[in-house]
Amino acid sequence: MQPGGRPGEEAIQVKGWFGAHKYLILRRASQLSILALFLLGPWFGIWIVKGNIASSLTLDVLPLSDPLVLLQVLATGHVPETAALIGGLIVLAFYFLVGGRVYCSWVCPVNIVTDLAEWVRRKLRVKGSANFSDKTRYWLLGAILIVAAVSGSVAWELVNPVSMVYRGLVFGMGLAWGVVAAVFLLDVFVGRRAWCGRLCPVGAFYGLVGEGAVLRVSAVRREQCDDCMDCFAICPEHQVIKPALKGADKGIGPVIMSGHCTNCGRCIDVCGRDVFEFSTRFSNNSRQAVGGVNHKSEVSS
Amino acid sequence: MPDSEQQRNGIDPARRRFLTNTLRTAVGVGLVAVTLGVYQRQARALPATAIRPPGAADEETFQGACIRCGLCVRDCPYHTLKLAELGDEVALGTPYFTARDVPCEMCDDIPCVKACPTGALDHALTDIDEARMGLAVVIDQEACIAFQGLRCEVCFNVCPIRGKAISLDYQHNTRSGKHALFIPVVHSNACTGCGKCEKACILEEAAIKVFPVALAKGLLGRHYRLGWEQKAEAGEALVTPDTPHEYNLPEGMRYDHAGEGLIIGERPPMPSPPPQRGAPEAPQSPFPSNPLDTLNGKGNNKGKGGL
Repeated sequence: MQPGGRPGEEAIQVKGWFGAHKYLILRRASQLSILALFLLGPWFGIWIVKGNIASSLTLDVLPLSDPLVLLQVLATGHVPETAALIGGLIVLAFYFLVGGRVYCSWVCPVNIVTDLAEWVRRKLRVKGSANFSDKTRYWLLGAILIVAAVSGSVAWELVNPVSMVYRGLVFGMGLAWGVVAAVFLLDVFVGRRAWCGRLCPVGAFYGLVGEGAVLRVSAVRREQCDDCMDCFAICPEHQVIKPALKGADKGIGPVIMSGHCTNCGRCIDVCGRDVFEFSTRFSNNSRQAVGGVNHKSEVSS
Repeated sequence: MPDSEQQRNGIDPARRRFLTNTLRTAVGVGLVAVTLGVYQRQARALPATAIRPPGAADEETFQGACIRCGLCVRDCPYHTLKLAELGDEVALGTPYFTARDVPCEMCDDIPCVKACPTGALDHALTDIDEARMGLAVVIDQEACIAFQGLRCEVCFNVCPIRGKAISLDYQHNTRSGKHALFIPVVHSNACTGCGKCEKACILEEAAIKVFPVALAKGLLGRHYRLGWEQKAEAGEALVTPDTPHEYNLPEGMRYDHAGEGLIIGERPPMPSPPPQRGAPEAPQSPFPSNPLDTLNGKGNNKGKGGL
């Protein structure tokens, strides 16, 4: 990246604007079309999906439930009906395969807000960042489960911006716009990627789910890297890139194995040298040469 | 942490930084957790006009079981239910209805309960008449026109369990002296809390309102038993019948229960019944011929005390 330039300029020159925003566009399409499925019912009376992201029923047969909300319910001591449990297991199995944090980058509506915040932050050249430990989210995840167990109430869902925004869009926002604004301002002015990358316990949970996920981004052609740093600049969890991209000397394979990686694909987009591509955890051979499993088919959820 | 100064200086800086950071995060998250705990307690304070869907357990249990998905709202054919939005007084995202706006129509198949994926709305509820969403209360007897002697009975007539959940109690109208008051009376053993009475109340502000059962219902002391109910259950009185009290007093004393108390130094043969004593004095009868004279104290027993 040129000093003062924005990440991906080289990629735009090489691949064109659409080529350099391919996964961003696909992700937005995924996020918005999932939301649209929920809104078709209340807006147009076309009931394909009922409910919201916490729990839903598709075509009156397929239950899907958020496993973290269910975990909180279990912590309170209530055993849910089988519909919710089955729905939770389906969702869990899906993210176990494609990467837990695919939820964050391909489904979660707050991601659009925090991506926008990151863009504004870059435009405004906001410097400095509150130093939240990236372990904070695990502490918060533990805390919300403890609060649920001690209070017997699904307390986190009273304030959870993720489910609040989704429910708000489908059922009515109330003052939830204020919470959206708070997350936005937090990410712009308080800390870079503070919400999604440091604090959000939902992301922490899905990160843990995705530790063993099959679908991975791989720096297959890492020897082509010219250290432009565009991928680091664009990555919402940039600590996950280094081991894979720069680990050749240490015998570390090219596949990004961290559960924090959201599989957003932006590193693939912004790289002008075509270093990254979607791959699987099984192709993590440290001597991996050009090639690997190339997932042309797109991830959606 | 080591306590002596030397050890503190000797601690590895990286380790020190790690411990400081960990402590900072732990304290910060702890504060968040405590705040969340306090907030969820406040969130349990359900406003009196917010009624939960059928099959919802008490508020504490409900808020542990409901995942705020809104499937009950979607399957409610009358758009009665809504999810609490941020800023509403009801816990965020949980379903409720306001009876005065849209009451529950008490569907026979209870679709809202069937839709609930977690059982926060208890799937064991299959008969809507068994639902206890709330309890109707004739809260303002000053405003209810039935208490003014005017004919209304709208709440009685709209009640889906008419005659059982709300009945009419006919009382004398003391104002006119010749009419009846048709007083609506709610019976908690049948009222489901659907809120149709509150919705239908003709007043500008309803005089009959549905409240959460916990608010509306009184409770007799748990030890309390009503004698007549116990008697009906057992088929006989459970307490020993009264027996005439016998006093074991020294000779020359007696106890008069009717007011004079302990009587000392009277004629010793008092224990024997007075009629026998009095027989020689008044051979015909100790009482005047008109019993009212005895009752009014005009008889010849006056001054001698009762029997």
